[in-house]
Amino acid sequence: MSVPARRLVFLVAAAGFAALFLWGLAGLPSFGNYQGPYGDILNRVAVPQRHVTDVVAAVNFDYRGVDTIGEEFILFVSVAGVAALLRTERAEIDVEPPEDERAIRRAETSDAVRAFCFALIAPTIVLGWDIVAHGHLTPGGGFQGGAILASGLVLIYLAGGYKTLRAVSPEEGADVAEAIGAGGFVVIGLAGLIAGAAFLQDIIPLGPVGLLYSAGTIPLINLSVGIEVAGGFLVILSEFLRQALQVRAQADARKDQEQA
Amino acid sequence: MSFFPYIIAAWLFVVGLYGIITSRNLIHLVICLSVVQSSTYVLLLAVGYRAGAVPPVFVNIPLGTPAVDPVVQALTLTDVVVEATVTALLLALAVQAQKRFGTLDPEQLRSMQG
Amino acid sequence: MLEFVQAGLLALVALGGLGVVLTRDPLRQAVVVSVYGLLLALLFFTFQAPDVALSALVIGAVILPLMILLALAKVRGHEIVRQHAEEQEP
Repeated sequence: MSVPARRLVFLVAAAGFAALFLWGLAGLPSFGNYQGPYGDILNRVAVPQRHVTDVVAAVNFDYRGVDTIGEEFILFVSVAGVAALLRTERAEIDVEPPEDERAIRRAETSDAVRAFCFALIAPTIVLGWDIVAHGHLTPGGGFQGGAILASGLVLIYLAGGYKTLRAVSPEEGADVAEAIGAGGFVVIGLAGLIAGAAFLQDIIPLGPVGLLYSAGTIPLINLSVGIEVAGGFLVILSEFLRQALQVRAQADARKDQEQA
Repeated sequence: MSFFPYIIAAWLFVVGLYGIITSRNLIHLVICLSVVQSSTYVLLLAVGYRAGAVPPVFVNIPLGTPAVDPVVQALTLTDVVVEATVTALLLALAVQAQKRFGTLDPEQLRSMQG
Repeated sequence: MLEFVQAGLLALVALGGLGVVLTRDPLRQAVVVSVYGLLLALLFFTFQAPDVALSALVIGAVILPLMILLALAKVRGHEIVRQHAEEQEP
């Protein structure tokens, strides 16, 4: 089927789909009239029951905790998929790119960019850990804080280059960190089972509401999810960046031989 | 305004789908997929919204204050992070496809079967 | 007042989505996606969802354009290798 014919079929189908979709959406309560009972029940119950002030964190890691384990493992499997897809290149030939291309690829980052990124590394990492740690009190948590930590690692790469990134976080370290984070969540859940309660039930004494050590297992789960998300993005970053280093190392070795 | 967010969610879905179908570059296709995903976020959050309410964070706010639905927010926020890694997986697939077949064009990839 | 801001941001998000789809070059699309992520985060913020806004902001404005650029860099590296291999064959 030719491309314009395909496009026409799509437009007809999209019109039909949009009509059905909007008809279905018209059955929803109008925007701003939330009616469902669960949101109200949770808002009223979560603070006294779990001693959290951020109800979304309680929903994520306690009331709907098994869903979050599932989502976290989707993340884990995707990162494993990226590694499996891109790591097969390790055995590949390292063909030397021609001289002019090599010059383009070794374009130096400007000093302004490097200085700016270097200055931002520490605040970003501190902010990331802060958001992970206070996830049960204020908006934040493991997922957001882990993503911010990942951007901190990107800043390390921008400021120092690939070798600095590898020096700070060796490849095996990133894999291990991600696995510890993913497994930590399940271990905390299993700890509930071992202690005689249900899976993921809270077994640590809940502290007073509003303090950092309140809410039982939720800060621990936040921590493990933060490590996992940051480790996962670090693995993805390393996989995408690796080939650049291989080609460049060969070019440097060749150049040293020529100069010697 | 009462159904405007739902219309925008449907619009984003259809626009992203159009981008996927008429794409000539695998990387562009993956990004259009992320537009489709963002339509579901808008829909979820619009369903849970209550006019004149506060976010479900009760730091210094008395407990009975009407707040928006926390369940859809919990679903959406894990979804956003997880879809980013799925996008990374799809981009890795696109990179491998370019390496094997030399092209990022879905039209040309289709003609290489068999 | 908040309703007008929400309606305006919804319209901008719709335009941003259209812009992301209509930008065919992936390199430019990375920048447009970053702006789209920022608009989405602002929209979620006005929907009284600060958690979702945080994660949408970091993912949409930082991580997603980064991954696009990395994929483009890798694709470009493959093209260079392939061209060089073809030049060396005869």
